[in-house]
Amino acid sequence: MVSEEAPPDSQQGPAQEEPQTRLLSATARRGPRSLPPIPSASRTGFAEFSMRERMREKLQAARSKAESALLQEIPTPRPRRLRSPSVKELETEFGTESGKEAERTQPEDASQSHPRVKFRDSARKIKPKPRLPPGFPSAEEAYNFFTFNFDPEPEEPEEKPKPKPRDETGQEEEKGEEEPPSQEGADRMDEEELVQGQEAEDFLLGLDHRAADFLAVRPADYESAQVRLQREQEMLFVPSRRTVPTYKKLPENVQPRFLEDEGLYIGARPEVARGNQNIMENRLLTQETGRRWFGDDGRILALPNPIKLLPSRPPVLTQEQSPTAELETLYKKAVKYVHRSQQVIGSGDPSGNFQLDVDISGLIFTHHPCFSREHVLAAKLAQLYDQYVARQQRNKAKFLTDKLQALRNAVQTGLNPEKPHQSLDMNQKTINEYKAEIRQTRKLRDAEQERDRTLLKTIIKVWKEMKSLREFQRCTNTPLKLVLRKEKVDQKADEEAYEAEIEAEIRELWEEQGEAYEQRMEAYRTSYQQWKAWKKAQKTKKKKKRQADEEHPEEETEEPHPGEAPGKPTPPEPPDRAAVEQQVRERAAQSRRRPGEPTLVPELSLAGSVTPGDQCPRAEIWRRDDVKRRSVYLKVLFNNKEVSRTVSRQLGPDFRVHFGQIFNLQIFNWPESLTLQVYEMVGHGSPALLAEVFLPIPETTVITGRAPFEEVEFSSNQHVTLDHEGVGSGVPFSFEADGSNQLTLMTSGKVSHSVAWAVGENGIPLIPPLSQQNIGFRSALKKADAISSIGTSGLTDMKKLAKWAAESRLDPNDPNNGPLMQLISVATSGESYVPDFFRLEQLQQEFNFVSDEELNRSKRFRLLCLRSQQVPEFRNYKQVPVYDREILEKVFQDYEKRLRDRNIIETKEHTDTHRAIVAKYLQQVRESVINRFLIAKQHFLLADLIVEEEVPNISILGLSLFKLAEQKRPLRPRRKGRKKVTAQNLSDGDIKLLVNIVRAYDLPVRKQAASKFQQPSRSSRTFSEKRAASPSTHSPTHSADYPLGQVLVRPFVEVSFQRTICHTSTAEGPNPSWNEELELPFRAPNGDYSTTSLQSVKDDVFINIFDEVLYDVLEDDRERGNGTHTRVERHWLGCVKIPFSTIYFQARIDGTFKIDIPPVLLGYSKEQNMVLERGFESVRSLSEGSYITLFITIEPQLIPGESVREKFESQEDEKLLQATEKFQAECALKFPKRQCLTTVIDISGKTVFITRYLKPLNPPQELLDIHRDNPQATAELVARYVSLIPFLPDTVSFAGLCDLWSTSDQFLDLLAGDEEEHAVLLCNYFLSLGKKAWLVMGNAIPEGPTAYVLTWEKNHYLIWNPCSGHFYGQFDTFCPLKNVGCLIGPDNIWFNIQQYDSPLRINFDVTKPKLWKSFFSRSLPYPGLSSVQPEELIYQRTDEGAAAELQDRIEKILKEKIMDWRPRHLTRWNRYCTSTLRHFLPLLERSRGEDVEDTHRTELVRQLGDYRFSGFPLHMPYSEVKPLVDAVYSTGVHNIDVPNVEFALAVYIHPYPKNVLSVWIYVASLIRNR
Amino acid sequence: MAAGTSTVFLLMVNGQVESAQFPEYDDLYCKYCFVYGQDWAPTAGLEEGISQITSKSQDVRRELVWNFPIDVTFKSTNPYGWPQIVLSVYGPDVFGNDVVRGYGAVHVPFSPGRHKRTIPMFVPESTSKLQKFTSWFMGRRPEYRDPKVVAQGEGREVTRVRSQGFVTLLFNVVTKDMRKLGYYTGPADTHSIPVPSVPQ
Repeated sequence: MVSEEAPPDSQQGPAQEEPQTRLLSATARRGPRSLPPIPSASRTGFAEFSMRERMREKLQAARSKAESALLQEIPTPRPRRLRSPSVKELETEFGTESGKEAERTQPEDASQSHPRVKFRDSARKIKPKPRLPPGFPSAEEAYNFFTFNFDPEPEEPEEKPKPKPRDETGQEEEKGEEEPPSQEGADRMDEEELVQGQEAEDFLLGLDHRAADFLAVRPADYESAQVRLQREQEMLFVPSRRTVPTYKKLPENVQPRFLEDEGLYIGARPEVARGNQNIMENRLLTQETGRRWFGDDGRILALPNPIKLLPSRPPVLTQEQSPTAELETLYKKAVKYVHRSQQVIGSGDPSGNFQLDVDISGLIFTHHPCFSREHVLAAKLAQLYDQYVARQQRNKAKFLTDKLQALRNAVQTGLNPEKPHQSLDMNQKTINEYKAEIRQTRKLRDAEQERDRTLLKTIIKVWKEMKSLREFQRCTNTPLKLVLRKEKVDQKADEEAYEAEIEAEIRELWEEQGEAYEQRMEAYRTSYQQWKAWKKAQKTKKKKKRQADEEHPEEETEEPHPGEAPGKPTPPEPPDRAAVEQQVRERAAQSRRRPGEPTLVPELSLAGSVTPGDQCPRAEIWRRDDVKRRSVYLKVLFNNKEVSRTVSRQLGPDFRVHFGQIFNLQIFNWPESLTLQVYEMVGHGSPALLAEVFLPIPETTVITGRAPFEEVEFSSNQHVTLDHEGVGSGVPFSFEADGSNQLTLMTSGKVSHSVAWAVGENGIPLIPPLSQQNIGFRSALKKADAISSIGTSGLTDMKKLAKWAAESRLDPNDPNNGPLMQLISVATSGESYVPDFFRLEQLQQEFNFVSDEELNRSKRFRLLCLRSQQVPEFRNYKQVPVYDREILEKVFQDYEKRLRDRNIIETKEHTDTHRAIVAKYLQQVRESVINRFLIAKQHFLLADLIVEEEVPNISILGLSLFKLAEQKRPLRPRRKGRKKVTAQNLSDGDIKLLVNIVRAYDLPVRKQAASKFQQPSRSSRTFSEKRAASPSTHSPTHSADYPLGQVLVRPFVEVSFQRTICHTSTAEGPNPSWNEELELPFRAPNGDYSTTSLQSVKDDVFINIFDEVLYDVLEDDRERGNGTHTRVERHWLGCVKIPFSTIYFQARIDGTFKIDIPPVLLGYSKEQNMVLERGFESVRSLSEGSYITLFITIEPQLIPGESVREKFESQEDEKLLQATEKFQAECALKFPKRQCLTTVIDISGKTVFITRYLKPLNPPQELLDIHRDNPQATAELVARYVSLIPFLPDTVSFAGLCDLWSTSDQFLDLLAGDEEEHAVLLCNYFLSLGKKAWLVMGNAIPEGPTAYVLTWEKNHYLIWNPCSGHFYGQFDTFCPLKNVGCLIGPDNIWFNIQQYDSPLRINFDVTKPKLWKSFFSRSLPYPGLSSVQPEELIYQRTDEGAAAELQDRIEKILKEKIMDWRPRHLTRWNRYCTSTLRHFLPLLERSRGEDVEDTHRTELVRQLGDYRFSGFPLHMPYSEVKPLVDAVYSTGVHNIDVPNVEFALAVYIHPYPKNVLSVWIYVASLIRNR
Repeated sequence: MAAGTSTVFLLMVNGQVESAQFPEYDDLYCKYCFVYGQDWAPTAGLEEGISQITSKSQDVRRELVWNFPIDVTFKSTNPYGWPQIVLSVYGPDVFGNDVVRGYGAVHVPFSPGRHKRTIPMFVPESTSKLQKFTSWFMGRRPEYRDPKVVAQGEGREVTRVRSQGFVTLLFNVVTKDMRKLGYYTGPADTHSIPVPSVPQ
């Protein structure tokens, strides 16, 4: 190895000598092998040569020393070692021929290297512990000891540390090295490498002997860099850059051959740098098979340079042509991919797919290899007979004869001079035409007749042949039998007819020929004239010519130039009558039956008997056996795919196969081809394809049952030769004995079939609809050709076809048109059906793995469906069972019931049909809105998903900086916002309702000695402001009461929410202060704390104020000294009702509320502070009533749902919508907290501009009639009417998120709505009453954002609460409206841009643009929007009977409830009192709860003098029973547990128009006084 | 339940949150929870877990190893809503604020056997550069309101995320009665699953 690879190195070395240092370092990297042995560089002319030489000598000396040392230890390697330098020497010496040398030594080397490699491997294995202790230098160590010292130091800094220590321990020899190491390095490396190679071998050889020893003692292996480099060397190779001599590249003794010189073309080779080429060549040569890479000329094989000489870049763009123009995309209209749309035909028809019925009835071979000769004849005969029959049926000869007759008659009549009215000219023309036709027809008839006759003759001939054949072969193979029936004819008549015919013919022909003669004569004459003229001309010419002959000799040649040189015409011969007759008779004899000859009618029958097999000749028996072994079947191929096949049937002796099978092909694709393949099987052999039969696709009118059987012929080109009587196929045979007159027959036959479209169960043909092709294709052929006129598909459309027939005036009597006409007449009678629909998703059915019914039947599937549709009952259904059987029917019951009930009005709960309808309707609207909401909920915003800090603006930054500086514990701490809780991870008991009851004002006070009062002592003041004008007449009496009653009232507050009740301690006096916090737990419906669920909580918080009354129950006065025995009673004073939804959306409710105190509170009177009254009369008058200060909140604070961000569609003008957005944005910028409303959503979910809701609308006439002269009273009445319409917050019904505005008529129909609807209706009423009225959008307590109505009375503004019917002056401090955002009139919107927004502090004059920003202004004038409100409201009178009935029902229900609430006590009803109360309620209604107390009281006292009486009437609008029950419950009347208590309860319902019901409930408890 | 025939199938998952690769971050901990459909119910084991804080290994792999075990059993009647494990990784930022370092989710493997999953993790991006800066500065990076979002498709279109690193999970899945109920989850080709080599 070492030796062989040296030579290229030696050559390489000098070439690379110049960068010595670089080379050296490269050596270090590459390994020593690449270093050229410098001494051998004899060719170098460098200066350092002598230097090297010297160095080498020294080195040699050193080496010999070292070797001698080595030898002492390892004697074995010596011979080798000695040899190696000599080898090296040799190589270097003969460096130039090293190639040859290498070749020579190659095999030798291969054999050598093998074992060595092996050794090395084993050495490697052992090496892990090669190091001996220091006193024991191994061979390697010893080697290293010497060699490493020679390491050139400056070469590589990395190697420095390694040699250094060795140097210290080394010997003197290295020290003696004066030469610069860089110089010497090269040599040394070379040496070292050799030594090393040697040494390794030696070592390994030694190892071979003492492997065990080494294994035992050697320390951890160290693979020296040298070894590693050497190993790399084995793998790596650096190709030389030198030119490879040609002889190396060529096979031995071959001279290079240059094809170019020989004149052959070889292309220009690709440019490759010489050096690279050399490298490649060297590289290739190192491989054994390297030579094949070289061509004959000693160069690497290469294809011609593929690079073109001329640059072929795209043309450089000129300046004018911008690159964009070049890059411009051309638009090409999309070419519709003409999909074979016929294939895509509908499916999904529940009745099934399209079906093609292929009925294969049988197969007849007209020729078969197994045919005997007789069969061949029989087939021929049968064929001829068929032909004959067919001709006979058509009877064309007869038809033509008749036609001829008719034409002749016509000619006769035409010639008849008795018809003078026809112009002669015309006549002549038609006659000529007729004659021409006669000629034509006659010719045709003759041909037909002749054909008939020859056919008959042939039949007879074949039959005769057959007979003779049968005799010859002494057996009969076919049952065919021909009988010729003779039909006698009347000889005489026949003869006459014959003669007449001939006569007529002769005459005609004679005439014709006469005419022809005339014509020819004419032609002759003219031509004769011409000839004469020419002749003359010729003569003159000749004369001229002769004259001019001398001068113009060449004209001679021109002489015959008038080419036609007409010969002298011969006159035509006149027609010869006899010849004509002769001709006619000949033809007649030939083609026609001779007169008197009987008509021959052949009849073919199968009546003949076939000779039985045992009587036949042997060959025939073989044939018959062969036939028996054969069987045939058919494959049905649809669109080239096999769809079915018939059963295999044996071939009968008559070569007929009967199948009688019908294949119903259920197809999806349009049939393109329908093919039958005929297969024949011999015995049990493999079937052979005989032939293919292509069946036509039936027209769409061909329906099963109507399709006729058709026969399609087929033939096969197979060649069969049989060794029996069978004639074979494709093989010539002859009937003659001498083999002449050969016949070659191919297997052929007929398949009898019918293909038709199937008819579905319901009589619809299962035909795929045709695509309309050829539409628009109209041509001149239109009239002539039905197909080109209406298209092929039109042929299937019978109506079109009939139309076409009518248009083109087809001759219905033309026998050619006969079938067409018949078809049309059949079709237009309307029997066919062509589907005119197109089916979508025609492939759907393929994907249905179960039928729909089955799917629907699956309960599990249904459950899953309902759940995924988020049907409320199933929305949270968990763990749908696996099997249907585990799903109980019960699961669906509720749902189904609800579905059923959706349309059934149930009056049980609602006690009033109208309300029930409304409730249903509301439910439906709610569902639809909720569904829409659920959809909208899918739209997420970033904020819904990701919590992210807001971008801090400068103010926030400043604030936070400021915060750093602020005090930690400020003296006046600011309220900190509570942490909001999302509703998702809450459970029961987590949420509490906190109600802080602060104080109350002006509570009613007890009457002194209530049972004894004689005269009305109570102030008859009313709660209404209007009485304030004449108030104080009662004051003196009252003041007399006041000092006497020490204990006026001991009120306490009870809060009930969700049937949980808490109450405060008892305070004293009419202006108590409790300052207590009550905590009520909140339970969400069904434990569902989601936002949607919370929003729909309908519960109210009832805050009831009671008076605690202590009664002394000691019956015996003597015991009074010992103890007190009192009973506590509580009397209801009033209540405040706050819906939970309000609290939920407001987060907290803080303020002073007016207490809802019944109009009559028996035993109580309103405390009047006279001192106050005098001083602040005006203020007092406005703030009538009792008030309570409350603070309510939810702990922890819940995040209310956000409004739907859905953008609703709108019918408003786009500009207007943009303006609204702009307006709102501007307003929000200025006053972000003020409510600004421009568009709202109507009940159908569309955005509507708000002013469209405002329009004068008439209030019910009855209300107007009551106070005709008092507009103020009318206004109040109207407000009361509006307030009686039940309040139903949108937020509850519509999951809170979108506020839907219904128009007033919808509102009245629904009888439910929230503030907006009430306010709109009230405002509309006021507008119709002629008031100036606006809608006020603002915030009120406790409602929050709400709508009020503002009216302008003569000199002041009034603010109306539409839901309660109360009204307040602008400066009323107790007005619940706390701030005003905007005003809305019928034609404009004004936004409040004043500094304040409290109604007390603002100016309502909307004409001032500085205070109110109007929507429509000069820049955007009011466009005159039409109203969405109806023209007029129509009021129906409420059915009084129904109201009375409802009244009774409510009373009954309430009584039952009260008894239910008192389970431990007996509840007695005082009927007398009840009736009294019942009489009293209508009065209350009439006076609207005012001004009746005194009379009422006196009456009661008079009647129930013995009872201590406490009770009150409740007044509510009617919506449902439940609120009434709740209200009664909240009063706590039933809580009295005095043993002898009696109750009275009366209900009165006053009907207002439009089913608005005012409900009065009078509840009272009576205790008999003793 | 009818005797003899089972009407639920069981899915037992155990395994561990093995390790993570977050080249830029250190001292991370992870939280896992399962998201599953309505028909699923956990019957045993912990649905949620929070791991210890782990520091990067000192070797070149710089791996964060938790080896945090998962062991939970579900029962279900319906493969719809097959459980997914949702991972969220947190760790301190430069200022020591605890910020999210990645969210990721993967379905529990369907077929029984041993499965190794490497989940790419991502975090939501700030909506603007300024916010990015402030969130970095304040140590309040954007986070999902609910990490379970990453197991759902709804609402993802509004977010932008950046990928962060990888978490490797190991699942051993055992199912019971799946086949009986007609769900065939494929052959448990346990042999071909390469057993992870022991780290050296």
